[in-house]
Amino acid sequence: MIKVEGLTKRYARTVAVDNISFEVEKGQIVGFLGPNGAGKTTTMRILTCFLPPSEGSANVAGFDVMANPLEVKKRIGYLPETPPVYPEMEVSEYLVYVGRLKGISSGEINGKVSDVVGKCALGEVRNKLIGQLSKGYRQRVGIAQAIIHNPAVLILDEPTSGLDPKQIIEIRELLRHLAGEHTIILSTHILSEVEHSCERVIIISRGKLVAIDSVANLTNRLRGSEAVAVEVQAVDGQPNAGDVQQRLEQVSGVSRVMAKESKDGGLLFEVESLQGRHIRADLARTVVNSGWNLNEMRSVGLSLEDIFLQLTSAEKPAESSAAQEGEKK
Amino acid sequence: MTSVLLICKKEFKSYFTGPIAYLLMAFFALIFGFGFYTATRDVVRFSLQAQMMGQQQPMNLNDQIIRPLLGFASTIALFLIPMITMRLIAEEKKTGTIELLLTSPVNDLAIIVGKWLGAMLLYLCILGMSVINIAMLFAWGKPDWKPVAVAYLGLILQGGCLLAIGTFISTTTKNQIIAGGVTFFVCLLLWLLSWFTAFDTGPFGQVIAYLSIITHFDNFAKGLLSTKDVVFYLSMIFFALFLTARSMESLRWRS
Repeated sequence: MIKVEGLTKRYARTVAVDNISFEVEKGQIVGFLGPNGAGKTTTMRILTCFLPPSEGSANVAGFDVMANPLEVKKRIGYLPETPPVYPEMEVSEYLVYVGRLKGISSGEINGKVSDVVGKCALGEVRNKLIGQLSKGYRQRVGIAQAIIHNPAVLILDEPTSGLDPKQIIEIRELLRHLAGEHTIILSTHILSEVEHSCERVIIISRGKLVAIDSVANLTNRLRGSEAVAVEVQAVDGQPNAGDVQQRLEQVSGVSRVMAKESKDGGLLFEVESLQGRHIRADLARTVVNSGWNLNEMRSVGLSLEDIFLQLTSAEKPAESSAAQEGEKK
Repeated sequence: MTSVLLICKKEFKSYFTGPIAYLLMAFFALIFGFGFYTATRDVVRFSLQAQMMGQQQPMNLNDQIIRPLLGFASTIALFLIPMITMRLIAEEKKTGTIELLLTSPVNDLAIIVGKWLGAMLLYLCILGMSVINIAMLFAWGKPDWKPVAVAYLGLILQGGCLLAIGTFISTTTKNQIIAGGVTFFVCLLLWLLSWFTAFDTGPFGQVIAYLSIITHFDNFAKGLLSTKDVVFYLSMIFFALFLTARSMESLRWRS
């Protein structure tokens, strides 16, 4: 659905996006992740034909952004960082205006407006001036204008910024509902956002592509190994913590066993595997064969937060002000 | 085409959601009304004197009131036009709504023409204020309507021209004050160019005089409809809108 090849965008003094390539399949929700000034907005602006790329190509829904911008724009719904709303217009008036601009016929427009008003829960403020709305409502009006013409591709720049937790959950549900028939790219610097709503993640930092993978794979790949928490039942100090640790260390593929604080009735260990080894089955067998009771076993994957920091701080941690400037332009 | 009308309608409406349209119309009506009062008073006084002196000279409303008055209107317009055009694109750039316009399936020219037409409609409303005064002359006198129509056509063309220049200037900045200020300065400059001809009749002066937007209005004010002037205004409008389109395009490359 979206195909980006060797995309580069240079501003006068800075390179905002540096040779990025990726593909997004139809119906996927992709998270576009990066610290401030990483080039997320610039990439999105290129995909929406707002900015031309300096080098490389971007293809959206089968049309090139340079050769066929009008066709691309028809198939894209875009929510910029700040919702593009006119404060002097009423919500419904605004949605009619945007919908008509995007090519909805005058016969269909009222139905479409009611549709998005329902989807984005704007019923209460339908006839209010946008200038009087709270940030959260404005954001929802912004999302409503992006989906009004039922675009194949949705590009959302930080869609949940400024919303309260309940609204964030609502927006996530809306997005999940929209995925499938729509392909969605959403940018964010909030990591839990990506863990919750995205299938795949594209991480960029300082204009360069750092990682692109599914959320689950990324967690594993980065750790390089798997970490498992094992809790063995202990009654009256039996079995001995030292024994268990020793036994676990002997399992093949285990690189390290750390004893965690024991709760009453359980000994807790964190076991790490060697690169690419699956140790869970062996661990369970060892515990059971030794005649102990296995209370709990779960993998303690790295949170996306850790990965993100690991990836983006491989380079200089502080984003230079120049790169930030590039994004803001 | 539908998008041009959509944008035009939206622009026109948004002038009236704030105070700007009402302020401009009131301001114009006040100044023009004052001009009308002075001009009419003087003419009436003069003709009374003439009658007492025994001269039977019929009053010519066209020459003595309407022509100077509509010339005056064209000068007032110079001051109002920057206030109409300054927000057109600068405001969208400031609030970020330009991203919505430029990522909608509408080509740049439709956006520009739509906005210019919206401004044009407001300008027509402002000019409409003067019709009240002129209508009074028709009610109590017998002026010739044809030169009046030509003068109004001139006002509309001159306004269209300055509005197009203002629209162009509005694309170059995101600060409305700067857009308004620069437009005002350019309008003033074009006005001053007409003075230049009074002192310089050489070829250079002729060229400058030709470029002055005001000199071309003089013929319209006299009731002379010449192709030369109409073509001048229309080509200036096209040229300014063309520049606007280029400036919008460069916006994408530079921003």
